[in-house]
Amino acid sequence: MTQIQNQDTDLPDIPKAPNPVGQTLQMLWNDKFAFVSVVFLLIVVLCALFGPLLLEDVATKQNLRGRNAPPFDFSASWPYWLGGDALGRPLLARIIVAAQNTIFVAAGAVFFSLIIGTALGLVAGYTTKTWSQVIMRLADIIMAFPSLLLAVIVLFMLDSSVFNLVIVLAITRIPVYLRTARAETLEVRERMFVQAAQVMGASTRRIIFRHILPVVFPTLVTIATLDFAFVMLAESALSFLGIGIQPPEITWGLMVSLGRPYLTTAWGLSLWPGLAIILTTLSLNLVSNWMRTALDPAQRWRLENVRKQNG
Amino acid sequence: MGDHLLDVKNLSVDFHTTHGTVHAVRDVSWHLERGETLAILGESGSGKSVSASAILNLIDMPPGEITSGEILFEGKDVLLMSAEDRRQLNGHRIAMIFQDPLSHLNPVYSIGFQIAETMTAHGVNKGQTREKTIELLARVGIPDPDTKIDAYPHQFSGGQRQRIMIAMALALKPDILIADEPTTALDVTVQAQILTLLEELQEETGMGLLLITHDLGVVAEVADRVVVMNAGQIVETGTASGVYHSPQHPYTKKLIAAIPGEGDMAEPLGSGAEPILEISGLSKHYGAFVALDDVSLTVLPGETVAIVGESGSGKSTLAKTILRLEEATGGQALFQGQDLIRMDANALFKVRRDIQMVFQDPTQSLNPRMSIFDIIAEAFVIHPEILAKQHWKARVCELLEQVGLKAEHMYRHPHQFSGGQRQRIAIARTLALEPKLIVCDEAVSALDVSIQAQVLALLTQLQDDLGLSFLFIAHDLPLVRDFAHRVIVMQSGKIVEQGPVEQIFDAPREKYTRSLIAASLSPDPDVQAVRRTALRKMQEAAV
Amino acid sequence: MLNFLGKRAVASAISLVGLVLLVFFLSRLTGDPTGLYLPLDASEEARNQFREIHGLNDPLIVQFFSYMADLIRFDFGDSIRRSEPAIDVVMRGFAWTLQLTFVTMSLVVVFAVIFGSLAAFNVGGVFDRIATFFSLIGASAPDFWIAIVAIVIFSVKLGWFPTSGTGTVWHWVMPVSVLFIRPFGLILQIVRGAMITALGSAYVKTARAKGIKNRPIIFVHALRNALLPVITVIGDQAAALLNGAVVIESIFGFPGVGKLMIDSILQRDFTVVMAAIMVTAMAIFVMNLLIDILYSILDPRIRY
Repeated sequence: MTQIQNQDTDLPDIPKAPNPVGQTLQMLWNDKFAFVSVVFLLIVVLCALFGPLLLEDVATKQNLRGRNAPPFDFSASWPYWLGGDALGRPLLARIIVAAQNTIFVAAGAVFFSLIIGTALGLVAGYTTKTWSQVIMRLADIIMAFPSLLLAVIVLFMLDSSVFNLVIVLAITRIPVYLRTARAETLEVRERMFVQAAQVMGASTRRIIFRHILPVVFPTLVTIATLDFAFVMLAESALSFLGIGIQPPEITWGLMVSLGRPYLTTAWGLSLWPGLAIILTTLSLNLVSNWMRTALDPAQRWRLENVRKQNG
Repeated sequence: MGDHLLDVKNLSVDFHTTHGTVHAVRDVSWHLERGETLAILGESGSGKSVSASAILNLIDMPPGEITSGEILFEGKDVLLMSAEDRRQLNGHRIAMIFQDPLSHLNPVYSIGFQIAETMTAHGVNKGQTREKTIELLARVGIPDPDTKIDAYPHQFSGGQRQRIMIAMALALKPDILIADEPTTALDVTVQAQILTLLEELQEETGMGLLLITHDLGVVAEVADRVVVMNAGQIVETGTASGVYHSPQHPYTKKLIAAIPGEGDMAEPLGSGAEPILEISGLSKHYGAFVALDDVSLTVLPGETVAIVGESGSGKSTLAKTILRLEEATGGQALFQGQDLIRMDANALFKVRRDIQMVFQDPTQSLNPRMSIFDIIAEAFVIHPEILAKQHWKARVCELLEQVGLKAEHMYRHPHQFSGGQRQRIAIARTLALEPKLIVCDEAVSALDVSIQAQVLALLTQLQDDLGLSFLFIAHDLPLVRDFAHRVIVMQSGKIVEQGPVEQIFDAPREKYTRSLIAASLSPDPDVQAVRRTALRKMQEAAV
Repeated sequence: MLNFLGKRAVASAISLVGLVLLVFFLSRLTGDPTGLYLPLDASEEARNQFREIHGLNDPLIVQFFSYMADLIRFDFGDSIRRSEPAIDVVMRGFAWTLQLTFVTMSLVVVFAVIFGSLAAFNVGGVFDRIATFFSLIGASAPDFWIAIVAIVIFSVKLGWFPTSGTGTVWHWVMPVSVLFIRPFGLILQIVRGAMITALGSAYVKTARAKGIKNRPIIFVHALRNALLPVITVIGDQAAALLNGAVVIESIFGFPGVGKLMIDSILQRDFTVVMAAIMVTAMAIFVMNLLIDILYSILDPRIRY
């Protein structure tokens, strides 16, 4: 054989790692919809964090003159700009305060279902057939179990609280992550770098947490973003049916429900909180879409600065 | 001027990506005549396929953009034609076949439908297509075309799928056939058959054949003229024989120098030493399918034993069974006297340090989310007794330098390296464990020729320095010829023949070994012409 | 194939038994229905008699086994609220829900597949932007909110459609339209994504090299491959509707199984709850089986 020495001159220059944070922000800026969505979501999160702290009193103070006040009366003080509710409480302030429960319930449910579902999915995907079967049947049962019944049971057994609602919703969403994590694990475990780790003698725990989880996780986070929207809608629906959050606690879904009797006289009571739900879920959907593209190298060029074609 | 069948003039194509604009091809000009075979030769990333894609309007725009040039087909610039006019050329006047026919055939439609579609798309009456399709299938050598016409792509072998692609491309007797790496993933014997088929069909139809390849052997077998490309530019053009025998450009010279199969063969090691690995009667069944059948072999310390065979010969299963990635059905594999097959988890964990593996595809065998330091240092995390933590960094630097990389590369991630560099990283990872035996499963098959030579040189040097043994699994005979001490030929799970490398290549005893050697291509067109005649005689004798 | 069907049946049976067990015991935790059905001033004797009739006095475990014994003879027990066999009540509601699901999902599939495919063919084009925007809004909107807004506009203000019931075709317009929106948005997104993948695949490149026209490339080559992941999502969405579009059925007074379920849960009509859950679970099992069969028809590589 002709010997070719490994001269360093033979090696092409290795490209410098682009700054990942800067690159992500740049790609976000290039997708204006996603950018606006992220800004909007940040505002919602700020409302959720600080709204009740600052506006609790304003939002619960009844004001007979403001009963079912019409929106867009900019001569009134700003919490009344979207009008007042049946007891004359300012709607805008109430929407800001309700953001906390709405976001907390959804975030909590997504967090717990993500953690538990992922853990079970990894186990189901990596261990023996028996355990996998047990876990999958469990997922089937949860899927078939009506979430309404679960909500009623929890409502009667424990009582209605934000935390209990989180539990109900978390349980119903576990199968989503479980199935995805299992399917992805089954695929990733066959990849060569997992075999390479096995050949080195890596323990099962190390393979799962160091090799499989980091590869599977981005997909799960993308799903979680989408699911956050779904859980918000589910919470709204439960509250709307009267088996979710109970007054005086308040969420956007409950506000829609409470406004229903006044639809013909004061349509804003249901409209504004409903709009808050739509805008938040829409933003989450847009961000999730963007993430899916940003995380997929094959699709990524769509977000990158593509020079406009001439002619 | 202007009388060529196809004439590409000053073509430049850019791709716009994050890391700025990539000039995929720059100012490329070549032409093709009727009845002629032109090869475009280049390594990965040379832009060899780009001009062909431009001819058939297959480049996505954006991100691609044709910045200059013209493509004249029968004197008319196709780049100025309407999309509909270009569609009518595709498949009718100019057809194309691809590498990896499995993914290029639609998995959910029968092959008969897909072949007939070429005809109906260009106005052939539907009623006539079935008969014509059966004829085509018979011509390209698909057995039982009457029934196979309704089968689906996954029901065929790789070679048959490429024959189906050819039938599809030739349905309307095009003037030009573009073949993009048509035999790359195929076994050598199948490759020889496909190339023969293409040559015959060219003789019958008088079409111009444009062959895109990285393999000088393929060029030597079929091409009249060759265009050598590197980094988006043409570096050399000439007749196949002229370019091989008197290359002008330094890149072409380097490429030809790197071709394996021309150097001296290694002497066998003295047989006095105690074998490091001794396999006897190893077998592996998947249900009724026998993947390994009573395999016995030995590896001496410091020896390279190559296992060659075509796909389905069981050579990869053998590697996985030894490494306990698969459980053997029977037999034993003694490593320094201990049986690997029946070893308990504890002993296996200890022995993992001594036997390591380099995988085929370095893109997949390195975890994309770990840095190079983490990938190599994982050996020390798993086996803490090797090295105290404060020495890890120094040792990783040392290993990287040992495999020809730089210490500062250790904080980068795998995707920032080229294929050859990744394979070096994979080798550094195995060295971290200080193994005695390394199993290389097609370890250089996915790499370009010049990179292959570098990686093999590295492995040879490591063997000299560290006294390593290699079990080298490969399908590429010239590589094995240069690298191995001893060769084992496998077919359908059995060992057919084994012996010192010189005996296998110069005096093979078994017919199967002889057919393997006869089917492998020489990069020298003159030598290949002689071999071709010999092979045809052999085939005729067999019939 | 038969082997596969057998395995699926066994897995489903295990799940169903687990479900029945869980629902039976958990639903009893929500309290005694006696108070809900007898007047407030009913005597303790009357209450005891009510419990005796409905078998609520026995220990829970005895109740369970007698329920299971009846179940084996396909006797689901009587509804407490309606005093007729629970299964009859459920089947009536289920028939309505089945029709609603079928009509809605048929419309969803047709429109989502067509619009999603066209959007994917020219990614980033005007049509794609419009389709993506509306499908995202659709996927994001709370259906109960759309329902009440639609009632205000189309029933109260314009008087076009009746607000509740099932009498005429006009009764169906609003529930179907409202239920249509979210699955339509979701499935369009999935179709679009799958089509983008399919259109970027190697076999589409081959088709273009063969000179196939754009329309067959989209609707013949890419679509059949893209439908495989889409079918799974269609199944999930249809299952959600079969499980009862509770909120929408309640708002529009649609007598489906969803409305029946929530009413029965709130009324502690346990037999009806159990029957409803079993019927819908069976229906979803059958549907999933149909989807698997459809899968193997669409993709010749899949053989069970």
